[in-house]
Amino acid sequence: MIARDARPRLASKARLRFDRHEGQHMLIYPEKGMALNATAAAVAELCTGERTVDEIVEQLAARHAATPRERVEHDVLAFLEQLALRGLLREGA
Amino acid sequence: MSAAGQAGSSRDAYRPYTLVAELTYRCPLRCAYCSNPVALADQGEELDGARWAEVFEQAEALGVVQLHLTGGEPLLRPELEALVEHATRLGLYSNLITSAVPLTRERLAGLAARGLCNVQISIQGTSAQVSERIAGRDWLQEKLAAAAWVHELGLPLTLNAVLHRQNIAQLPELVTLAERLGAERLELANTQYLGWALANRAALLPSSEQIELARAQAFAAKQRLTGKMEVLFVLPDYHAGKPRACMDGWARRYLVVTPDGCVLPCHQARSITGLHFERVGERSLAQIWRDSPALDAYRGEAFMKEPCKSCDRRTLDYGGCRCQAFALTGDAAATDPACPLSPDHAMVRDARERVPAAETLVRLRTPPAPSPRAGSGSGSGSGSGT
Repeated sequence: MIARDARPRLASKARLRFDRHEGQHMLIYPEKGMALNATAAAVAELCTGERTVDEIVEQLAARHAATPRERVEHDVLAFLEQLALRGLLREGA
Repeated sequence: MSAAGQAGSSRDAYRPYTLVAELTYRCPLRCAYCSNPVALADQGEELDGARWAEVFEQAEALGVVQLHLTGGEPLLRPELEALVEHATRLGLYSNLITSAVPLTRERLAGLAARGLCNVQISIQGTSAQVSERIAGRDWLQEKLAAAAWVHELGLPLTLNAVLHRQNIAQLPELVTLAERLGAERLELANTQYLGWALANRAALLPSSEQIELARAQAFAAKQRLTGKMEVLFVLPDYHAGKPRACMDGWARRYLVVTPDGCVLPCHQARSITGLHFERVGERSLAQIWRDSPALDAYRGEAFMKEPCKSCDRRTLDYGGCRCQAFALTGDAAATDPACPLSPDHAMVRDARERVPAAETLVRLRTPPAPSPRAGSGSGSGSGSGT
């Protein structure tokens, strides 16, 4: 489980790009790709090594005022966990 | 947020995500399982850099996001730098798939500066003896030096080892080596018995005991390294107990363009005689991809016969590998004999159970294909080691 005060950034092997064919972002890494929904893409963009996990949750919650904060928190943590399992996250800038 | 499906659940059933650009069949290595054609001498002239640049553009427009720069040995093409730069401009994820033998630190730094995304280096084993036996010469130290440069320059490294009877016992050492080199990904892919490898099957196919041990070792490494290094282990179809979803289905997710410009659904497809593969430049890549008869031949399920036709797994494995079906049965539409349900499965079972006790001689790739078109260097050697 990722620590709340960790400052995640995308591993150098992962590249985020917008896929105009499907109208969504994709995270590309060797031999693979993940199609990201808008929220996942926003989280990936915030993973620069500068913000803590808590700060990423705060920023997303502020953008989605209509969504309960616990829900946003759960989604962010679940997505970061998926990235970590695939070796796509590093810590620090 | 059900964040993300694997890309591949595309609305477009036949969107290619990956372009495999075989820039040349020339190679300093002579690997006995090379995926280049057995008839290396019969290939046409290599495409020039400008034509490749067009191919990249047209592939990107079709939906491709991954670009494999491979061969043969792609470093033998002096246009490589310009092509990487072009790929970067197009937003393609460029992966250099190399033997690393001709690599220098300066050249690698130049490729990194042009936006190269990943470097995949092949190694034949962890000993000089096995390297020499499989590739005709031992280059292990050169490869290890190159892998260290990849790491130093901050590029992600994939280490690729093709497994077979003569190196499969080195699997734990391969894992240790990959960790020491700081690899992000380790591919432990058993040889598949097509082309050169089929000719060398008696010398390469592991025993069931070897496979079971390797499978357990790879699984343990995978568990231990989760989140740190991705470990991929691929069984040989002969031992898998079910057919492999080869290339994720014929002409579905992968586009292969050969050094002479043929558009194929996989590296081996030209081994299926009777199919006419079109060349880039004859029509647009989009037209070739969408309605070339050869690419349509085994797309979807229309080609299937029993037992595939009514099988529950047909949408998962697509009936297995068409090239293997053709190589073993003479019918590319047949069920892959690797499937236990295939009426021809005995061929695979017999080969698997009859692994010879004595070491059989390995037949290496034949020496150089004819020299390439002017301007693409004077590489010696032939074909692929990647």
